[in-house]
Order: sequence, then C-alpha cells, then structure tokens
Amino acid sequence: MFRNQYDNDASTWSPQGRIFQVEYASEAVKQGTAVVGLRSKDHVVLTAVKRSPNELASYMKKIIRIDDHMGIAVAGLTSDARVLSNYLRTEAMRSKMVYGRPLPIGRAVNAIGDKAQTNTQEYGRRPYGVGLLVIGFDDSGPHLYEFSPSGIVSEYYGYSIGARSQSARTNLERNFASFEDMSLKELIVQGLRSLRDTIQQGKQLDNMNTSIGFVGKDAKMTILDGEDTQEYLDLLNEGEAMDTE
Amino acid sequence: MDFMMHSEQQNQLEPTQAPVERHSHNQWNPYVDNGGTSLIIAGKDFVLVASDARQSVGYNINTRYDPKAYELSNKTVLATSVCSADAKRLCEVLEQRAQLYYHKHERQISTQALAQQLSNTLYSRRMFPYYVFPLLGGIDAEGKGAAYSYDAIGNMERVTYKAFGSASALVQPFLDNQIGMKNQRGAEGERMLTREEALRLAIDSFTGAAERDIYTGDWLDIFIIDAAGVHKETRELKHD
Repeated sequence: MFRNQYDNDASTWSPQGRIFQVEYASEAVKQGTAVVGLRSKDHVVLTAVKRSPNELASYMKKIIRIDDHMGIAVAGLTSDARVLSNYLRTEAMRSKMVYGRPLPIGRAVNAIGDKAQTNTQEYGRRPYGVGLLVIGFDDSGPHLYEFSPSGIVSEYYGYSIGARSQSARTNLERNFASFEDMSLKELIVQGLRSLRDTIQQGKQLDNMNTSIGFVGKDAKMTILDGEDTQEYLDLLNEGEAMDTE
Repeated sequence: MDFMMHSEQQNQLEPTQAPVERHSHNQWNPYVDNGGTSLIIAGKDFVLVASDARQSVGYNINTRYDPKAYELSNKTVLATSVCSADAKRLCEVLEQRAQLYYHKHERQISTQALAQQLSNTLYSRRMFPYYVFPLLGGIDAEGKGAAYSYDAIGNMERVTYKAFGSASALVQPFLDNQIGMKNQRGAEGERMLTREEALRLAIDSFTGAAERDIYTGDWLDIFIIDAAGVHKETRELKHD
C-alpha cells in the first residue's frame, strides 16, 4: 500500500481506481484516539478518549461545540479540526442570520464534505487529516453523521472512528436496536461502554481522559469534562458490578 | 470670460441644460424614525434598562408591541432607539460577536468587552451609520452596575443614567434632577438608588413621557440585571 508511484498527489488515480493521498489521510484519522457517537429518538451522544502528549500537558479537546444544537467529535489532526469547526460555527451563525433558523445538520456536513472534496481534486492541495462525528438536533430530529477526509458523509444510528474503533463499532452493532428508547443517561452510559472497548490494555476510562457531549430535544449542546463525567463513569462501573454478581 | 469684449460675449453660445427637477420631498431616505424612548440607570450592584414598545412611522402606529431592548447574554441588555430595522440588525451582529467570543474564550463576554465591541461595530459603519443610539447595561468585573451610552457612530461614555429616543428631552432632565440632583439647592452629589427607587423613577419617567410624547406609549419593558441574572417585567402604558 505504501511507497508507490501513484501516491504523490491527490490528483493522480491509481490503475485500481484509488487516490492514495486520500487513503493516507484516512490513516491520520486512525491515529487519533477513539470517539463514539450514538442516537436515540430524542438525543444524540458523543463519548471520547482524550490523550495527553505527556504528563506536563493538558489533555487535548476532543469534543467541540458548534452551536446550541450541534457539536462535533474529532479524530486526527486537531489543527484541521479547528479550521473545520471555525467554518461550521460561522456557517451556523450565518444560517441564523440569513434564514432565521438553526443550521440543519445535514446541510452542515454536506458543506464540509464539499470543502473536503475540493482538496481531493485540486492539484497542490492536501486532504484534511481529520475525521469528525457530527451530532445535532434539528427540525427532523436527532442526527449523527460521520465526516471523513475523502469528503464522504454518512448518517448513522451509532458509529465510532479513531484508534481501535472497530471494537466499539462491533459493540454498537450488537446493541443498536435498543438505542431508540433509551433515556439520555442510559445512552451516555452505553456510549461509554462502547468506548471502553477501545482503550489500551491496562488503562481505563477515568474523569481525566474521558469527554462526553450530548444534544437533544430538551438539551442544548453540552460538553462534560473532568469531574462532570464521574457520575456517568460511576454508572458504567456499577453496571459492570451488577453484571458480575 | 474676463478677457473677451462684451460684443464677443454676446455671440458665445452657452451650453444648454435640461432643467433639473428637484422635489426635495421625494428624495429616497434610507432611514426611518420609528420613535420610542429608552432609559438606563446604573445602581451599586444592578442596572435597570427600560424601553417602551410602540413602533411608529409619522402619525401612524405600526405596532403596539415591538420590543426595543434585547437581552444579549445572561448579563447584558441592549436598549435601542430611532431606527427599528438598524436596531434589530445591530443586535444580531452584536450577538454573533458575543458568540464568537464565547467560542474562542470558552466563557461569556464581559460587559466591558462587549461595550467596546459595540463602539467598534458602530464606528465600522461610519460612512453609512446604524441609525441607533444604543444604551448598554451590565455588571462590570467588580460587580458594580455599568451603563454605557453611545451615539450612532460609536462615541461611548460610561454613565450613571441616560435617556435616549423621542422623549429624551422630557426624560433626561427629569433624571438629571432626580438622580443627578441637578438644579436643586442644597443637594450634594448624585443619588445612589436602590432597585425599588430606580424602578419607580423609570416607571414615572415613562408614564410622564407617554402623556406628552405621541411616539411613546403602549407597553414598557423593564430589565433589571444583577449578579443573579436578568429579570424582565412588562407593564402597560397608555395606548393613546
């Protein structure tokens, strides 16, 4: 897969019909720590593992608020994530000013999808090195979307991206039928449960490395960090204790 | 034509011009005066902002309830006057600025920063101004009440009390006398008001203004801002 003659720039196809630069960009997403998103009929939740580059540094921000009704979780190059989140924020405000209503989530992700696509077709530009899980609540209810460097956008009931995210996806696949009627609390705990499968051996989710975000019918976009996550981590651990009894 | 002889001048043809019609009453004016009055009073640990709600054009009333004072955040209120359309847009623009601030700094914008933002926003339109004379109220960093008044192009002044709008000539001298203790013998310095006193003065200012100013009346919105947040009440004024 690596080091071949068709991977120098994004405007070169390989004979198999692949654009390697875009695929390499997706690798950057896989380097980021995992984030999980899932939705019920009234809420959408994000959970994320935060990494700290070393003991001296703070943990990096994984969940970003875009507007009262929308938020994103980030996996990959955080600088690219910042640029995209600034763009989404201004689009969200522009939507309110021009149309007098909050930005529909589908429109938002298609806007950044189109932006990402131009970087896969123009000479001299590099694709974005970040994947996003975009959550939001608009007129048509709660939504969860995945955005990838290729510009492809997909909607999900539950999904995960980042390092070891396949374990989380497997967990979500097994359980997603029960998400629809879950309460917000149950949904968050389920999100943490799926997220836990992505943690390295020997480590665990604690209130320093966990981030939770949610939005819904009666909840503005809220991000929980630090001590605020402890309540849900406790519920997660209690659930485990009950299972083993 | 000084160098020509008189006889030559007579032969000169003057370029002819079509007569220009100047209807001074038909010239398009981008600004509209929607009338109405606003006032602001700063106390020791609170600010009171009050605006009437009548929107007029000329001798007609557009609507009896078009609020002129807007909550920009959970601790600042902006009161406006004169042009309603410009006031609404100005408020939207300022809200966006406050949002951008929140995104960048992960906390609410301070009253002082927002006050400066407003001044800059107004001046940025120096050549086609927002026809609004805003009054901004909030709590400052020390917990004291802060009231700022502006002209249409951003001149900013922190004040204890101020009235703008169609009845400002009626209300401002009343406040000068009652709060500033002006033109009273034996008075020393400004009065520091309690919430109840400020509320009473605001209500009396507007009931008095509504009597004499045709553009002021219908409903009165009063906002009291303090450390606990923004408390709003709406009172009726004369509908005539």
